[in-house]
Amino acid sequence: MNSLTNTSDEFVATSPIPTMPAVEFIEQPIADVSTVAIEDIDVSNPFMFRQNKWQSYFKRLRDECPVHYQKNSPFGPFWSITRFEDIMFVDKNHTLFSSEPVIVIGDRPADYMLDMFIAMDPPKHDVQRQAVQGAVAPKNLAEMEVLIRERTVDVLNDLPVDKSFDWVEKVSVELTTRMLATLFDFPYEKRHKLPYWSDLASGSPEMTGGMIQADERVAGITDLMTEFSQLWHTKATQKAAGEQGGFDLISLMQSNENTKNMVDNPLEFLGNLVLLIVGGNDTTRNSMTGGVDALNEFPQEFIKLKNDPSLIPNMVSEIIRWQTPLAHMRRIATQDVELNGKTIKKGDKVVMWYVSGNRDERAIDNPDQFVIDRDKARNHLSFGFGIHRCMGNRLAEMQLRILWEEILQRFENIEVIDKPKYVQSNFVKGYTELRVKLTAKTQ
Amino acid sequence: MGHITFIEHSGEQHTTPIEEGKSLMQTAIDNGIPGIDADCGGVCACGTCHVIVDESWIEAVGVANDDEIMMLDFTPEKAKTSRLSCQIKTTAAMNGMIVRLPEFQM
Repeated sequence: MNSLTNTSDEFVATSPIPTMPAVEFIEQPIADVSTVAIEDIDVSNPFMFRQNKWQSYFKRLRDECPVHYQKNSPFGPFWSITRFEDIMFVDKNHTLFSSEPVIVIGDRPADYMLDMFIAMDPPKHDVQRQAVQGAVAPKNLAEMEVLIRERTVDVLNDLPVDKSFDWVEKVSVELTTRMLATLFDFPYEKRHKLPYWSDLASGSPEMTGGMIQADERVAGITDLMTEFSQLWHTKATQKAAGEQGGFDLISLMQSNENTKNMVDNPLEFLGNLVLLIVGGNDTTRNSMTGGVDALNEFPQEFIKLKNDPSLIPNMVSEIIRWQTPLAHMRRIATQDVELNGKTIKKGDKVVMWYVSGNRDERAIDNPDQFVIDRDKARNHLSFGFGIHRCMGNRLAEMQLRILWEEILQRFENIEVIDKPKYVQSNFVKGYTELRVKLTAKTQ
Repeated sequence: MGHITFIEHSGEQHTTPIEEGKSLMQTAIDNGIPGIDADCGGVCACGTCHVIVDESWIEAVGVANDDEIMMLDFTPEKAKTSRLSCQIKTTAAMNGMIVRLPEFQM
């Protein structure tokens, strides 16, 4: 594994942009956690999820060192917060723990400077978020439900039965892509660019240990900017001509005093697009796959579900907890903070591992079990808490609920027929492939 | 002992007994009042136990604190007397109080 030589913000605003050395993570087998000294534990390893070592590593941290300092990771030194209650404390106290300048474990490469409201503190965060959150407000969602259901039905009806196929590609990616195109009112025929951009944006090795190299990212992000600037100007022209603005995210930005000129600030415009694209894509996509995976690992829950479809809404929360599609969020301490016996120093990087808090035995009974009728299933960390809580949570829940309602109408079983393949990342806990075989329901 | 009335957005009313010291959110949950999610479990960190206190009662209950306002700012249904019910401790003095539920929690 290469280490990053310079990840500080010193490069900001220097011109011309220095060329960064290519960073690449080479996969090595991860040791059994019992053989590793506590101070050497490094949960930033982007293969933790793929090699299925994350549960044992995080359990050891929760039990022995819940506020843990890793002084020498490829992403620089960082604190890991691994218990539910401590994560809640950090997430809630946004004045002690700043979200700026970025909310993933690694810093931004010099040629990838974006400003997005998830990585801003109040008051700027508040005005930018408020400008767009109406698009995913429940009232708006109720109007979208019919459309989402139609598309879900279309996708499910086209699936092969009794034949192996990739659920990720045919269902999870397809459905989230269609949804994103609608939210942005993005040209439908070009919608497949959206998940590609999302993968590029969240897959930088320097930030999350991903596989996307700089030249590919730069080309993709340039294309994203071109497409969205065009979309913005088309909508602005229509608005100037007196057309009624829609309820899509771009129109909402344009009709809000605080964000109406966002296109003129490319870093902010791009940053917020990336935020909304990744936020609406990686997350729901991987919960759509994770649910299938979980029900295969816990087949008695599938039977329970078929016997009582009214459990779907509760199961949706349980899927989102069990999957935790975004594994962490990071903060920077704004002052010295005592937490669980440790002193976090001002300026230190603090990583809240939602994926660990969601398996914390102190907060959740039998946390490694997938239980679709779990009591208080909504009390999970996957959406975060406090002022940065996921804005699209209701949309995500609705998409998943509709998916499972329509699956139960059509299929008797979804059998996972090969080992899942996972994303290389310490941020996106997700799948690149899940091969399944469907059995049709006998009417 | 006294009671508190919750009115759903649809107009349906529910009356619950007051258990002094219990939060209004917990009172609602324990009595099966629909429309309160309380995703964070009662620590003012999610905004999904939003209620709108009847104006004649807001003086007795008090207005939202700064943390609460930040969470309430996320919902388009925020009103002048909006509160997060997890931050209201019920007392005998609230006997007869009316609170309304928003159409959606978010």
